[in-house]
Amino acid sequence: MALPIYATPLQRVWYYAFRVICGLIFFYLMFPILVIIPLSFNAQNYFTFTPEMLALDPAGYSLRHYFDFFTNPDWQLATRNSLTIAPMATLISVSLGTLAAIGLSQSHVPFKRAIMAILISPMIVPLIISAAGMYFFFSAIGLQGTYWGVVLAHAILGIPFVIITVTATLVGFDRSLTRAAASMGAGPLKTFFKVQLPLILPGVISGALFAFITSFDEVVVVIFVGSAAQQTLPWQMFLGLREQISPTILAVATLMVALSIILLATLEVLRRRNERMRGMSPG
Amino acid sequence: MSQARADGFVVFDRVQKSYDGEILVVKDLNLSMPKGEFLTMLGPSGSGKTTCLMMLAGFETATHGEILLDGKPINNIPPHKRGIGMVFQNYALFPHMTIAENLSFPLEVRGLGKSEREAKITRALDMVQMVSFANRRPAQLSGGQQQRVALARALVFEPELVLMDEPLGALDKQLREHMQFEITNLAHTLGITTVYVTHDQTEALTMSDRVAVFNDGRIQQLAPPEDLYERPENSFVAQFIGENNKLDGVVETIKGEHCTVRLDDGTLVDAQPVNVSSVGERTRVSIRPERVESNPERLHPDAHLVDAEVLEFIYMGDTFRFRLKVAGRDDFVMKYRNAQDQRRLAAGDKIRIGWRPEDCRALDA
Repeated sequence: MALPIYATPLQRVWYYAFRVICGLIFFYLMFPILVIIPLSFNAQNYFTFTPEMLALDPAGYSLRHYFDFFTNPDWQLATRNSLTIAPMATLISVSLGTLAAIGLSQSHVPFKRAIMAILISPMIVPLIISAAGMYFFFSAIGLQGTYWGVVLAHAILGIPFVIITVTATLVGFDRSLTRAAASMGAGPLKTFFKVQLPLILPGVISGALFAFITSFDEVVVVIFVGSAAQQTLPWQMFLGLREQISPTILAVATLMVALSIILLATLEVLRRRNERMRGMSPG
Repeated sequence: MSQARADGFVVFDRVQKSYDGEILVVKDLNLSMPKGEFLTMLGPSGSGKTTCLMMLAGFETATHGEILLDGKPINNIPPHKRGIGMVFQNYALFPHMTIAENLSFPLEVRGLGKSEREAKITRALDMVQMVSFANRRPAQLSGGQQQRVALARALVFEPELVLMDEPLGALDKQLREHMQFEITNLAHTLGITTVYVTHDQTEALTMSDRVAVFNDGRIQQLAPPEDLYERPENSFVAQFIGENNKLDGVVETIKGEHCTVRLDDGTLVDAQPVNVSSVGERTRVSIRPERVESNPERLHPDAHLVDAEVLEFIYMGDTFRFRLKVAGRDDFVMKYRNAQDQRRLAAGDKIRIGWRPEDCRALDA
């Protein structure tokens, strides 16, 4: 959007001011994340830039915190927990959330808005309240402090994301496609897996990504619902901050940022491939 | 109805449909179609025609009454077990599959082997001249091409009954006319029974063996296209199919196939009684613009003539169209073929018009 020739002086000022403001917003969003990356390579046990690092002296940098992360049994347990809890929670969120979104997109379902509001509520209600509620409820039914307790709690937190993203893709879904499938003799299951699911897959995948990240980053609920055996990465980081302020946290944070970027990039690639497949954009 | 139930390939027997339990969208529908017939359901939107099609396909359930296919009630059979082919208004091709995969879908569902599937797909695509497009995706085809593929997909599993829901609605005029011809041709060659829904009367008239005109949840008239146009049975059909001039009045005399009607301004005209039976009854006479005669020499000497004033002359290429003031109404239309010797009237001309009694139908008021 180039500046038109007839722009008034005020428009010219705004044209540049707008760019500066946008730049500042991106800086504000990105800088705190980016700054931890060099810090995680700190050769010292500090959270600050040492003079050697500022002088770009190789001696000021090391991989010791990464080494610590990969060898320390506490961090290893936390990693294992996160990697077993998040995928399972995601699987449950995606299955239930997708089905709920499809159900709520049918015209004959009564009280749609109310049901939707209830299912979305974990996203709205302050996390600490959900966490406390789940703590008491899960204690009463013996799920507190168990793997499945944490998985279910995280699945509940992930469902709203799946419902929202899948509902958004369903808006563009042509219902006559399922009717066409039925007219050709395909039963409901076949129609779902062969026709509907492939077409709403972008929404399902983005929902899955959000659900995964929610579980992977979550610290409040897991502290309430989990026990020491379910200590996840964010929990371990939280403990690390309170107790030992080790730069290992920064190494873990860097790895988690990298993982997030990889997940987002994968999603984008999948989305583009899907669009190309549907012939929506020129290959 | 029992006779029709036994005979018809597709039978609607006293079918009613209500979405909310109060308002009937379809009211007491009775219809029997023989095998191989091309029947069109024609009507304005909201007349119940699409609802009827959806009940036949199984996507809507009849609130009351029975639908039979080949003698068997199908009310309790889900859509995917009815074996009815369907072409949708927006084509409904699966965007994530190629054309060949789209056609393969109904065959895979039926568990056909690969070689058999390929043979059938090629044959079906060949019918609509789309073989070379087998590996494209729907989004890469034009509207007309997509429509052909949709047609091939509905036919590929060789259903005995095919339903079409306004399949040509999105195409431009020329393509639509071409596809009308192709569809009827295919349906007749393959001997398929077809139920076709449209709101386009030209389509209905040119394609169908019989047309069912729907309005207000009922079939107003079920007849071959020619009967429908030449002999509409009520005012709705007369107004809906083609163009008709309407004049309101009272029956003055009735004698067999001929009656005279005293119009509201006192003019006396000839007509054929259709659904009027007694003198003094109010009626609406209906006459086609192309059957209005402005040359009294071509009419019977006893014919009643009416004074008319030309209000407007419209040149339409193949026809001349005149808007006339007749019996107090200024929307009376007369149409001529564009011929060398044809007299062109101008606005303001005073003429005398008339018609043969059999061209003017006295219908319900």
